[in-house]
Amino acid sequence: MLDFLKKKPDNLPDFWKDYEAKFQEKLPEEISETRFVVFDTETTGFDIKKDRMLSIGAVGIENKSINIADGFEEYILQETFNPKTVKIHGIIQNERIKTLSEEEAVKAFLKYIGNSVLVAHHAGFDVGVVNEALSRMGLPRLKNKVLDTVNLYRGTRIISNLINREKSYSLDEIAETYNIDTKDRHTAAGDAFITALAFLTILGKLNTDRKLNLKKLFRI
Amino acid sequence: MKNTIASRIADFLKNYPPFNLLKKEDLLMISQQVKVKYLEKGKLLFAEGDIGHKRFYVVNKGAISLERDNEGKRETIDKCDEGDIFGLRPLFAKENYLINAIAEEETILYAIPIKKFKPLTEENKEVGNFLIQSFASNTRNPYAEAHKGKLISDKEPVENQYKPNNNLFELQPAPVTRKVVMTSPETTIKKAAQLMSKKKVGSVLVVEENIPKGIVTDEDFRDMVATGAFGIDTPVSRIMASPVICYPQGLTIAQAQLTMMKHHINHICITEDGTPNTKVVGILSEHDIMVSEGHNPSVLMKAIQRSSSTNELKKIRHKITLLLRGFLAANIPLNHISKIIFELNDATIKRIIERCIKKLPTPPPCDFTWISLGSQGRKEQLLQTDQDNALIFEDVPQEKLEETRAYFLELSRKVNKRLNIIGYEFCTAEMMAKNPKYCLSLSEWKDQFTNWIIDPGNDEILLCSIFFDFDISYGNVYLSNALADHIFSLTKDNRKFYAVMGATTLRNPSPLGFFRQFLLEEDGENKDFFDIKKRGITPLTDAGRLLILYHQVKNISNTAERFEKLAQLEPNNKELFLACAYASKVLLKFRTQHGLENRNSGRFIDLENLSKEEKIKLKRCFKSIRQVQELIKYRFEVTPYI
Repeated sequence: MLDFLKKKPDNLPDFWKDYEAKFQEKLPEEISETRFVVFDTETTGFDIKKDRMLSIGAVGIENKSINIADGFEEYILQETFNPKTVKIHGIIQNERIKTLSEEEAVKAFLKYIGNSVLVAHHAGFDVGVVNEALSRMGLPRLKNKVLDTVNLYRGTRIISNLINREKSYSLDEIAETYNIDTKDRHTAAGDAFITALAFLTILGKLNTDRKLNLKKLFRI
Repeated sequence: MKNTIASRIADFLKNYPPFNLLKKEDLLMISQQVKVKYLEKGKLLFAEGDIGHKRFYVVNKGAISLERDNEGKRETIDKCDEGDIFGLRPLFAKENYLINAIAEEETILYAIPIKKFKPLTEENKEVGNFLIQSFASNTRNPYAEAHKGKLISDKEPVENQYKPNNNLFELQPAPVTRKVVMTSPETTIKKAAQLMSKKKVGSVLVVEENIPKGIVTDEDFRDMVATGAFGIDTPVSRIMASPVICYPQGLTIAQAQLTMMKHHINHICITEDGTPNTKVVGILSEHDIMVSEGHNPSVLMKAIQRSSSTNELKKIRHKITLLLRGFLAANIPLNHISKIIFELNDATIKRIIERCIKKLPTPPPCDFTWISLGSQGRKEQLLQTDQDNALIFEDVPQEKLEETRAYFLELSRKVNKRLNIIGYEFCTAEMMAKNPKYCLSLSEWKDQFTNWIIDPGNDEILLCSIFFDFDISYGNVYLSNALADHIFSLTKDNRKFYAVMGATTLRNPSPLGFFRQFLLEEDGENKDFFDIKKRGITPLTDAGRLLILYHQVKNISNTAERFEKLAQLEPNNKELFLACAYASKVLLKFRTQHGLENRNSGRFIDLENLSKEEKIKLKRCFKSIRQVQELIKYRFEVTPYI
């Protein structure tokens, strides 16, 4: 996106300024004091530019606990017709779920995440999708630190020539290894919850010396 | 807002009391307030004396052990697994915790806020009653049931309760000791006590012409002698409990337990007709009943073979660990222990495979063999460690090959998953049958070994060493035998292969440094610990494997047994090989005891916690390792190029 299309810093809306202001505060050093937001987006496809978000699901993790009350699940009203949206429209109509416009959803999401560390499976994609939506609104990119569970999971594998370290692990593979129930797979909130359980398990595996802190986590 | 995650939590909770008694909307409200907590294995959730948390817990996955400190020793009171509630009573009573809660394995808990839950128990009579009943149901162990908040009768639907397969234990005949320690009424207290110490029993029956007159127990000595009430020269008849509670033969365990509780006694005397007027035929103690309860391999074996769910097998596995603990405590020779535990592990694997085959829509398309590798293959797996396994299937026509492999991969995925659930962790190197690399036809396996042996690099040797120690767990033995024959034909007189294999065997040098100090780990998370696997067990295992391959001996994969066989084959090295066999047993026992104490693999040992005697024992083992390494160096002309 071209820079001149973006709003000038002083023209940024209040909700963005509020979001930005939260980053003045430094992140804690200890994992137990850090709030992580594990999230997943469901989209009409895998093209970051063309495809659109259908829903965002997320849960907060603090002190190695997933706090269900600190959850986020919003469905986004689709302006253009896309065959991929039919299924979710069905769900939305059947269950009478309230939908938001993309702008409202992103606004709510910014407020929800604050300066927390974001965690996602193949995080590049989900962060990219949100950044594209921000860019359509003429806003800068997300400022949060990001962890990718694909990468972290790889860090738990032993170093051996017998296994391919570069392999990209799917969420299903990780769920199978850690014996996590994959009900609600392929709903944003369901996937976010599975990713959150995987994330906690990975933290446990990485923390065998009980000295893991946030700084080390970002180096994996 | 729609809440997918909360409904998922509600879906789980609704299967377990008292949540199954809640209204749907209340359950969802509670679910929205849940915190999902992850605990690493061995993590302490709360300790005795801690102030109550604001939440109580439901186990979602894994297991929590509730323990109490008893004179410095941790005593397990109860184990909570999937769906069990704990830590609730203290929150109601506004007390501190009376017990310790520790993650027995990796665990996920649902933490439910008491503030939201309590109003529901007051509104909903059924829920309230459930809790009152469960808090009140104090049986043998007052803490267990009270903390768990669970009614025995609620665990299973009522119609299941009296099926012969369930609770079979209580209806079995009680274990009666025939050799009864007896004495006469005139015997002095001192003499009686000496007799009891000599026979190592907790009670002595006082008889006149084999007719029971009374019984004296440890407790009586404490209460009536040690307190000074009676001198040690008083006849036992003065302190004995009389009359003796007698029963005829054929008492069931349930009946015996009830009688003991009713009379507050620990022993029941068995007489000819069940009255104190006929001759004594045996004695039954509370201790014997308890021992028979969890510590009987044949009962466990039957339970494994009859098990109808993975969860059931998981519970049996826990009992096997208790059995192992008991065996080690009783100092039973390690080869007996490993054999029994191996048989139980083996039966478990067989049972899982059997059940998985039934779960698939069609029977196996051809013969196959499931082989266990590594420590289970060597029959040395006492603690549960990683699962290493592979699958060999019969050769099929080329066009059927991939279809056949797909079937066995599907089977392996199911088996690997269930082994994981009952506690065998997935192999981190993915050496499992569900990996397409290790689910091959017999010819493919032969090619695989040919490649490994013809051109042995480091990785190939590592693979060889893992795959040479295999044991057939399920299926047709001719497949694994054919493979073993193939390996021998390749290795026979293959000097290059032996030399490379020998070098690998020596890659872990003797564990003693120049000044006869232990070599400790120098870096990493286990810095300053002694790695008993790398420095002790692996070098011996490697040496045993190499030498037995050299002699082309099939079907012995246990390290100690291999060395015993070698001692027969090479009489001039008999002493060394027997010392190695002994060392391998000692090291394995060391590791197992250590692992049980610390709930881990037992691999890293803190030398500071060892007694002098233990250190000497270890050093003696290491001497044998060094000698056998020397022997390998000369025999296989190993050049130190690794």
